[in-house]
Amino acid sequence: MDWVNTIVQGVLLGGLYAMFATGLSLMFGIMRLVNIAHGDFIVLASYLALVVVTSLGLSPLISLVIVVPLMFVIGYVLQRYLLNKTLGDDILPPLLVTFGMSIILQNVLLEVFSADSQKLSAGALDIASITVSDQLSVGVMPLIVFISGVAIVGGLQFLFYKTELGRAFRATSDDQDTARLMGVNNSHIFALAMAIAMAVVAIAGVFLAMRTNFDPTVGPARLLYGFEAVIIGGLGSLWGTLAGGIILGVAQAVGAQIDPGWQIMTGHIVFLVILIFRPRGLFPRSVD
Amino acid sequence: MSKLKIQNLTAGYGDFQALFGIDLELNAKETVAIIGSNGAGKSTFMRSIAGLLKNTPDAVQFKGENIGDLPANKVVEKGIALVPEGRRLFPSLSVEENLLMGAYSKRKGPWNLNRIYELFPILKEKRNNPGTALSGGQQQMVAIGRALMSNPELLLCDEISLGLAPTTVKDIYKAFPAIQEDGTTVLVVEQDINQAMAVSDRIYCFQEGRVSLEGKPGEVSKDDIKAAYFGM
Amino acid sequence: MNTQMKTEQFSVVRNTTTSRGAAVVTAMILIALISVPFWAGRADLRMIIEFAYYLSLAQMWNLLAGYAGLVSIGQQAFVGLGGYMLFVLAIYFNVPPIMAVFLSGLIVALFAIPTALTVFRLRGAYFAIGTWVVAEVYRLGFAQVTTLGGGSGQSLPASIVREIGSGRSEREMIIYFTALFIAVASIGLVYWLLRSKHGLSLTAIRDSEAASDSLGVDIFKTKLAVYVISAGITGVVGALIFLQKLRISPDAAFNLQDWTAAVIFIVVIGGIGTIEGPIIGTLIYFILRGVLADYGSVYMIVLGVVAVVMMLKAPQGVWGFLSKKYDLHLFPVHRRLKAKDELE
Repeated sequence: MDWVNTIVQGVLLGGLYAMFATGLSLMFGIMRLVNIAHGDFIVLASYLALVVVTSLGLSPLISLVIVVPLMFVIGYVLQRYLLNKTLGDDILPPLLVTFGMSIILQNVLLEVFSADSQKLSAGALDIASITVSDQLSVGVMPLIVFISGVAIVGGLQFLFYKTELGRAFRATSDDQDTARLMGVNNSHIFALAMAIAMAVVAIAGVFLAMRTNFDPTVGPARLLYGFEAVIIGGLGSLWGTLAGGIILGVAQAVGAQIDPGWQIMTGHIVFLVILIFRPRGLFPRSVD
Repeated sequence: MSKLKIQNLTAGYGDFQALFGIDLELNAKETVAIIGSNGAGKSTFMRSIAGLLKNTPDAVQFKGENIGDLPANKVVEKGIALVPEGRRLFPSLSVEENLLMGAYSKRKGPWNLNRIYELFPILKEKRNNPGTALSGGQQQMVAIGRALMSNPELLLCDEISLGLAPTTVKDIYKAFPAIQEDGTTVLVVEQDINQAMAVSDRIYCFQEGRVSLEGKPGEVSKDDIKAAYFGM
Repeated sequence: MNTQMKTEQFSVVRNTTTSRGAAVVTAMILIALISVPFWAGRADLRMIIEFAYYLSLAQMWNLLAGYAGLVSIGQQAFVGLGGYMLFVLAIYFNVPPIMAVFLSGLIVALFAIPTALTVFRLRGAYFAIGTWVVAEVYRLGFAQVTTLGGGSGQSLPASIVREIGSGRSEREMIIYFTALFIAVASIGLVYWLLRSKHGLSLTAIRDSEAASDSLGVDIFKTKLAVYVISAGITGVVGALIFLQKLRISPDAAFNLQDWTAAVIFIVVIGGIGTIEGPIIGTLIYFILRGVLADYGSVYMIVLGVVAVVMMLKAPQGVWGFLSKKYDLHLFPVHRRLKAKDELE
């Protein structure tokens, strides 16, 4: 059955979208920051991986060892010394500053790497697949990406609800002044949150580069997919975000099955329909 | 030697000045109460000491060290904890998580979860509830417990009886001897004058951002307090 | 009695000496601009046309973000829609091109209503991204319409081009005056809106939604009206842009960098929440672009960096800085209290 195959591929794609989304969700959840440059940072990570792979001759998966810590540090510095200054009651400064960063990043990547489309090859992994039945075979690479996506959501869930750092994240998100009274250094906590979000972004960027072609202009679309997954899932729920990513992935796969030109469009339409009928998302957090 | 010495402390919000040169001294192991009407600057004073409002370094001296310009997260590491006005529990954290947040600064000392649960047994029962699902009095116990979890040498309590039934207030103040026993210095802001007199070694009265009276509960007369409190 | 005496010594004024001087200067600039096509070269004319439509786009984005608190990063939706409506009206309904430009705006305004009802479900920064999703839907949608050239787009047929004017210079002059009219009209519209009682409700909403709600300002209606008006004018500008370009494609029509990013930078650099800001910002944009013309996309990087630094260090923009320093108000929309003896 063709449709089973389509839906399985869509679910696997959804794992990648959930990865795009968790970073956004994390930033919004902890510091009410919506990073418009999120997608461009994903692409930046893809290019960093490209540089690592071509200059050191490492395999793309191994490049994670370098790209993830690098993006972690970039995230920390960016938040601590730039974005923290934009946070406050007015939504305009963070919005416009991250929007500006998005345009700057796109054009810098364009100047440095040209508009040529790139892809990271993982060698044999690229075409390896597991045959489930005659009609259904699952690519190993998409499966790795999906499992990583689920693992990231699970890991963040654990970090958030079972560790001291997670408790501090939630407390700071609730009430910054009172968190400070407990000894929490808010700018450090926010910077750490951004650093973790960027580490997830790094993984997403490397997997994006291994799954599809990329060029400097594909960032905004990744922001939109991530954003749609967050809203579909319902704000504030990490598992909801994973579900949102999967719904978006399936919608796109089904759309592409009908007509390849309709892949992205179908995803957007499903998002808008859910926004109209369930503005709080499908799995909203009960408290909020 | 004094534990806390406040010298010429001024504070305000934007153009509005709330405190005009406060001088105040606290000795070790002492319990002092600040009374005064609404808008006298009591909460602003507590927030200033706790580091939520910035000051000149020498406006606040703690154990001889200038800490007036430290941010709140550093002040708590020095050993000063504030029970903020309105309790301010973290709504998305459970009772126990709220208490554990209090220990974030990792100061060593006699207080831990078990001792807080001994002090307020009801909290142990409700430890997995969201902090904000508790009654007002129980929430106040969480707020006090949370502050104690940082093992403070100086505990600041801002209006802990506000909005609570008299019997509840009594229950909360019952915990004070245990706190004082450990040698903790306590500074309370209290609108209830009788309660303030009962619990403290000395009192200060604030009026319109200035100290209008200072004395021992037994030595100041009702008329003195009336005058200092209402400016009559 | 005494207090009444006191209140009589003050009066509420909006015009200032500088604003009256500015009115004279504005009139002179306008006369100069009207004379331009009769003596200037084609390149100059083209640049002023472009200046006019960027200025109009900037005024409209500023009306949304600076006054109504609706930060949209999807205005390219309405530029592109306007452009496509022009092509549809001119090619399939034989509407004369210049009339089609304005009619396109009306249709775009109609499209903006369901758009608003959808994106208004999102707040703040999420509203911004939502508007972007909608713009993408329009872009992908038009790429599927094969009669309009699909993904590769189409050119305006020569017969229609001739309808604008018989000769090239005549066409350019007509487009020039249309552009000039639109720019002046959009400034005029914002000025009029802000001086009317709607202006007060807008400012109230921007400053505090909760407070204005409790004071009986219908937030939803006001925001919807502003969104639809600004979409309509943005659509008119879009139609004009593609009437000048004579060719349209989804990627050009719904381009984020050209029609929204540049416009946002213009407003942020010039001064958000003022009428003068977009004018100054557009000037700075054209100067930067001219100076960096030989360096590809570098001007966008520079523009972005300037806008980010501005947002962090001087969020009130160049005009905000100047007007504060020299107490300048060219378009007085604020009511100011003045003592009687200060008045002439």
